[in-house]
Amino acid sequence: MSTPLEFTDAARERAAEILGRYPEEYRKSAVVPLLHLAQEEWGYVSPEAMACVASLIGCSPVKVAEIATFYPMFNKEPVGENVLAVCHTLPCALTGCAGVYDHLSKKLGIGLGETTEDGRFTLRKSECLAACDRGPVLLVNRRLHTHVSPEKVDEILENLDKG
Amino acid sequence: MAAPLEILTADPTAGADPGDMDAYMACGGYGAVRKALKSMSQAELIEEINASGIKGRGGAGFSTGMKWNLCADRFPRYLCANADESEPGSFKDRLLLESKPHQIIEGMIITSYALGINLGYIYIRGEFFQIIDQMEAALEDARRHGFLGANILDTGFDLELYVHPGAGAYICGEETGLIESLEGNRPYPRLKPPYFPAAIGLWGQPTIVNNVETMAQIATIVDMGAETYKAIGSEEDTTGPRLFGLCGHVKNPGIYEYDSGVTLRELIYDVAGGIRDGNRLKGVIPGGISAPILTPEEIDTPMGFGALGKLGSMGGTGGIIVMDETTSMVDALLNASSFAAHESCGQCTPCREGVPWMNDILRRIRNGQGRDEDLDLLLDICKQVHGHTVCVFGQAPGVWPVRTILVKYWPEFRACIERKELVVPPLEESYLRPDQYEHIPPVPGNFRLKTDEADAAG
Ligand SMILES: Cc1cc2nc3c(=O)[nH]c(=O)nc-3n(C[C@H](O)[C@H](O)[C@H](O)COP(=O)(O)O)c2cc1C
Ligand code: SF4
Ligand code: FES
Repeated sequence: MSTPLEFTDAARERAAEILGRYPEEYRKSAVVPLLHLAQEEWGYVSPEAMACVASLIGCSPVKVAEIATFYPMFNKEPVGENVLAVCHTLPCALTGCAGVYDHLSKKLGIGLGETTEDGRFTLRKSECLAACDRGPVLLVNRRLHTHVSPEKVDEILENLDKG
Repeated sequence: MAAPLEILTADPTAGADPGDMDAYMACGGYGAVRKALKSMSQAELIEEINASGIKGRGGAGFSTGMKWNLCADRFPRYLCANADESEPGSFKDRLLLESKPHQIIEGMIITSYALGINLGYIYIRGEFFQIIDQMEAALEDARRHGFLGANILDTGFDLELYVHPGAGAYICGEETGLIESLEGNRPYPRLKPPYFPAAIGLWGQPTIVNNVETMAQIATIVDMGAETYKAIGSEEDTTGPRLFGLCGHVKNPGIYEYDSGVTLRELIYDVAGGIRDGNRLKGVIPGGISAPILTPEEIDTPMGFGALGKLGSMGGTGGIIVMDETTSMVDALLNASSFAAHESCGQCTPCREGVPWMNDILRRIRNGQGRDEDLDLLLDICKQVHGHTVCVFGQAPGVWPVRTILVKYWPEFRACIERKELVVPPLEESYLRPDQYEHIPPVPGNFRLKTDEADAAG
C-alpha cells in the first residue's frame, strides 16, 4: 500500500469544488477531474497520487488505478517539463505531420514516448486534435500550435526556452 | 451554386472575447433562454423542436425531437452535452466551443427546461485545455447573471450545469461510453437495449445526450422559430444550417456553413478552392473518418444525411477529408486503421482482436510483404466484426473504412501486393468505377435498424 500524497491547500479547495459538482452519493464521478488535478500537482499520477484521489472519493486505490490506466492522458511515469504531442491522424498526415515529427525527434535526439536526458522534453504522437483544417498541429503542454513546420517548431522550442 | 449561410458562424459581437457575456447579451444573447422560459411551456418547446425537423449533429443524424420524446417518464433526468469531438476529420465542435460558448449554454438551459432537467454536464475532451477553462468561466458568468442556479428568471426552474473533462479516449464520445465515463467507471459502452440513455442513462435515470452543436442549434431554433428554421435544408437531409469542415488536400481548408443541399463537388471546388497544386481528386471521406469513402465519380451528391446514406456513405459529422492523386490509399487506410486499433476500448472480442488484426495486415501490405490472400482475409474479418460488437465503434471506424477503401481502390492494393512495395498508381488505374464492382454488400449490423427505439441508439 502506498501512502497517499497530500494536496496543497489550493488544490484541496479546488478538489472540494470539483466534488461538489456531483451528487453526494456519486462522488466517484469526480475521479477523472481529480486525476487531472493530481497530474497538474505532481506531473504524473503515481500510486501515491492515486491513493490521494481515492481517499478524497472514498474508494479503494485500485478503483482509481483502474481508471487512470485506461486513459491515455494520465502519465503513469514522470514526464519531461514539456510534453510535445504531434498529431499523426489522417488529415494531419496528408498535410505533412511526418516531417514535423521527424524534425522534432532528430532535434531532441529522442524517439516516441522518450524524454530528453535533461528532462526538458517528452515526445509523443497524438490522435486527431480536432483542428484538422490547420494541420499539421502540435500540442505543447496545454497549448495547441497549428500550421506547424520544422521552422516553426524551432521557434516554438526557442520561445519555451525563453519562457 | 448553393448560397453560404451565416447563422452559426455569424459573429454579432464583432470580435469581442467569445467568453464575454456582456458583449454576447448586448447583441441579443440569452434572448432564446428568456423567450423559452418566459413565454413557452415545456410541451410547446418540445413541439417546437419536433416541428423544426432538426437531426442531431453528433454523427448519427437522429431526430432530436424524437429523442426528446423517447425520454422515459421518470425523474430526476439528466443532460449530457457531448463535446468529446474526437472523430478524425471533424473540427466543427471546436469552432463552436471556441467562438460560441454562451450559445451552447443557452441550448443546454433550454433543453433542460423543456425536459424538466435540473442537473447537466458538458463532457469536453481533455485535450481541449483552453476550451475547458473558457467554458468553466462562461458557466460561472451565466450563474452570476442568474441564468443558472435556483429560480432562474423567477420561473421556479432550477438548473446546475458543470464541465466534465475527458482524458484522451475516443470511446467517451459514444453516448453510453460517455455516461460510464461520467459515472467514474471505465468508459465501456453499454449494451443497447436496454441502455438507451433516454430510458436508462446517467446513474440509471433518463438522460438526454446531445452533441454540442445540436445544443447551439436549439438556441437558434427558439430564436428564429421552427417555421423559419425548417425552411433551411430539407426534412430528409436535415433542416437547419450545417457546418462542413474541409481538410486535407483542398486549397482553403476550414469550416463553411451551408444547408445540406450543397453538393460535395461544390464544397470542394467552389467553396474550398479546389485541390492543391492543381492536382486531381482521388477520394473523399465525407463525414469524419468512419464515413465510407467516395471516388471522383461520386461527388455530385448533396451533403444531406439522407442523400449520402443512399450512396452507401453517411453524413456523419460533416468533416470532409479530401485526398488528391498523390495520396497512397494504402497509407491512408493504414492510418485510419491505426487510429481504430488504438482507440478500441477492448471490451468486446471481435473489435479488440479484429481491428488490430486488420491493422497488422494492412501494415504488412504497406511494407511490401502483403500476401495474395490478404485482401480477402481483410474482407472476411470485416464480416466477423461488423454487427457483432457492443457498440457501433466496431464497424465505424473499425470496419467501414477498410471495407470501402479496400473495395473501391482494389487495383491499388493489388498492385502493392503484386509488386511487393508501396506503389501509387496513376489515378485512372487506382480505383474502380461504380459499375466495375458489385455494390459493397450491406453486412448485417445494428447501425440502421428500422424501429424508432433502436435508432435512438444513435
Ligand atoms: C465510437 C463513437 C464515437 C462518438 N463520438 C462522438 C463525439 O465525439 N461527439 C458526439 O457528439 N457524438 C459522438 N458519437 C455519437 C453519440 O453516441 C451520440 O449519438 C450523439 O452524441 C448524440 O447527439 P445528437 O443526437 O445531438 O447527434 C459517437 C458515437 C460513436 C459510436
Ligand atoms: S465495439 Fe470496440 S469500442 Fe465498442 S465496446 Fe466493443 S471493444 Fe469497445
Ligand atoms: S488529424 Fe490532426 S487535428 Fe485532426
